[in-house]
Amino acid sequence: MNESPIHPVTRTLDSIGRKTVTAVEEIGNGAVMIGQSLFWLVLGPRYGQPVRPGSVVVQMMETGIYAIPILTLLNAAIGVMLAIQGVYMLGIFGAENHVAVGVAFTIVREFAPLITGILIAGRTGSALAARLATMRINQELDALHVMGINPIRFLVVPSLFAMVIMVPLLTFYCDVIGLLAAGIYVESSLGITISAFFDQVTSLLSPGDLFHGLGKSLLFGVLICIIGVVNGASVTGGAEGVGKVTTRSVVQAISAIVLTDMLFAYLAIQG
Amino acid sequence: MSEIHAGTEQTGDVIRVRDLVTHYGSRQILNGISMEVHEGEIMVIMGGSGSGKSTLLRHLMALETKTSGQMTILGHNIDDLTMSEMSDLRKKLGVAFQGGALFSSMTVGENVMLPLYEHTKLDRATMDIMMRLKLEVVELGGFEDLMPAELSGGMIKRAAFARACVMDPKILFCDEPSAGLDPAVASALDDLILRLRDALGMSIVVVTHELDSAFKIADRMTVLDRGDILFIGTPAEIRRSSNDRIQKILNREPDTEEMDVDSYLERLTGEKAESDMYGSVQL
Repeated sequence: MNESPIHPVTRTLDSIGRKTVTAVEEIGNGAVMIGQSLFWLVLGPRYGQPVRPGSVVVQMMETGIYAIPILTLLNAAIGVMLAIQGVYMLGIFGAENHVAVGVAFTIVREFAPLITGILIAGRTGSALAARLATMRINQELDALHVMGINPIRFLVVPSLFAMVIMVPLLTFYCDVIGLLAAGIYVESSLGITISAFFDQVTSLLSPGDLFHGLGKSLLFGVLICIIGVVNGASVTGGAEGVGKVTTRSVVQAISAIVLTDMLFAYLAIQG
Repeated sequence: MSEIHAGTEQTGDVIRVRDLVTHYGSRQILNGISMEVHEGEIMVIMGGSGSGKSTLLRHLMALETKTSGQMTILGHNIDDLTMSEMSDLRKKLGVAFQGGALFSSMTVGENVMLPLYEHTKLDRATMDIMMRLKLEVVELGGFEDLMPAELSGGMIKRAAFARACVMDPKILFCDEPSAGLDPAVASALDDLILRLRDALGMSIVVVTHELDSAFKIADRMTVLDRGDILFIGTPAEIRRSSNDRIQKILNREPDTEEMDVDSYLERLTGEKAESDMYGSVQL
């Protein structure tokens, strides 16, 4: 006798339930990953497995230094774009001389951390997910285990450490580049000198504005790394699986960055 | 019925497994395996696809969590080991994985040197010498600066052997060492395994389904079948075995199973079926 087919509503509910369980499991895995990373960072030397400074430097170069050209280009373009829009809109009210107000706050509090986070998610987060996924499929993670080398200490901690240091540093660099590019445009279009523009900017911005952006970017760094690692480590299948987790890690990281940014903005206004 | 031969209770056992049961989800993979690996011997684990030999190897390497049973490696019950004791134990194990598992971002030399770098306080020059020595043993001298992507399949496996042996392990595990290689390269790898055992005195566990290779290198063989041990003994004993399934393996006959038609239809359609007219079918 054939069994009665599953009702579509039941199937949909089943699918939602499974996806919810998977999502909760992934968040849990991420939290465990952060805990284990801190464990190996602090207690690694006691177990004869210190985090190698050389590995951290390699990751800092990969995450930070090699990303500088593209970040410079993007943030300069965004700085100019904001200046163009600012001059145009404020010009409607005859207030274009105050363009530095909007540009400074927007770049330092929003655009520099956001663009840096999104670019690092696409560049370094995806590379991390693909690298770990490939290593899992090629049994390289098993090889590390068998050699008595903890993969989290060996692979994850250097990346996490590099992200936590480099993403805020890159964000600060992007603040400067964005403002500089905006200043150059403002000088050419309104005749306000760059030094006058930066005088306005520094008088407007408080350290709190700067740390608002840098604090967010630090959180973005942690999110990008953990999302990349959790996705990479959960790969199944072959090359197709690597592609899937890489794409998923970028989508999840960018979504997490945008949502965290919104939450930060809301909390900052409330505060 | 399983056949167990050749000294199963020797005192010089480097690995001892008792009643090992393991599941993947609800599926039972190993059904209570008991076996030993003696000091200095080459133990070959054989079996068809799905027999559980790779799972057993992963347990012997302490990479899997078992459902029940007991496992002793180099005299240590692995259930009783702390994290740092397990880490110390792992330094005495070497593994040559099926695909080599060389780290693609490192050169061959860096791959071989990695365990020394991580676990010893040797200076760089000494590590360099040890790395080159091991590469010479596997006949890869001069290849230390190449990346794994620049090596052939046989060379990758030999480099994996060099890395597995660089800490002079007590036990070396080899997963399908000759899989995917041409007969000449496969035979050279068999010779390498014998040479490593003779030169370094290590115990070696090899998982393979290559009969020629298995009979060439094995001191003893364990044959697995659907999660059970079918046979443990020397190559001479396995040749003399009257067990039908053993003979099928030796004669390279395909594994067939009797299945009634209802089960067959259920497997094809995914639904329960009833039939009383066809009898049984051969798969």
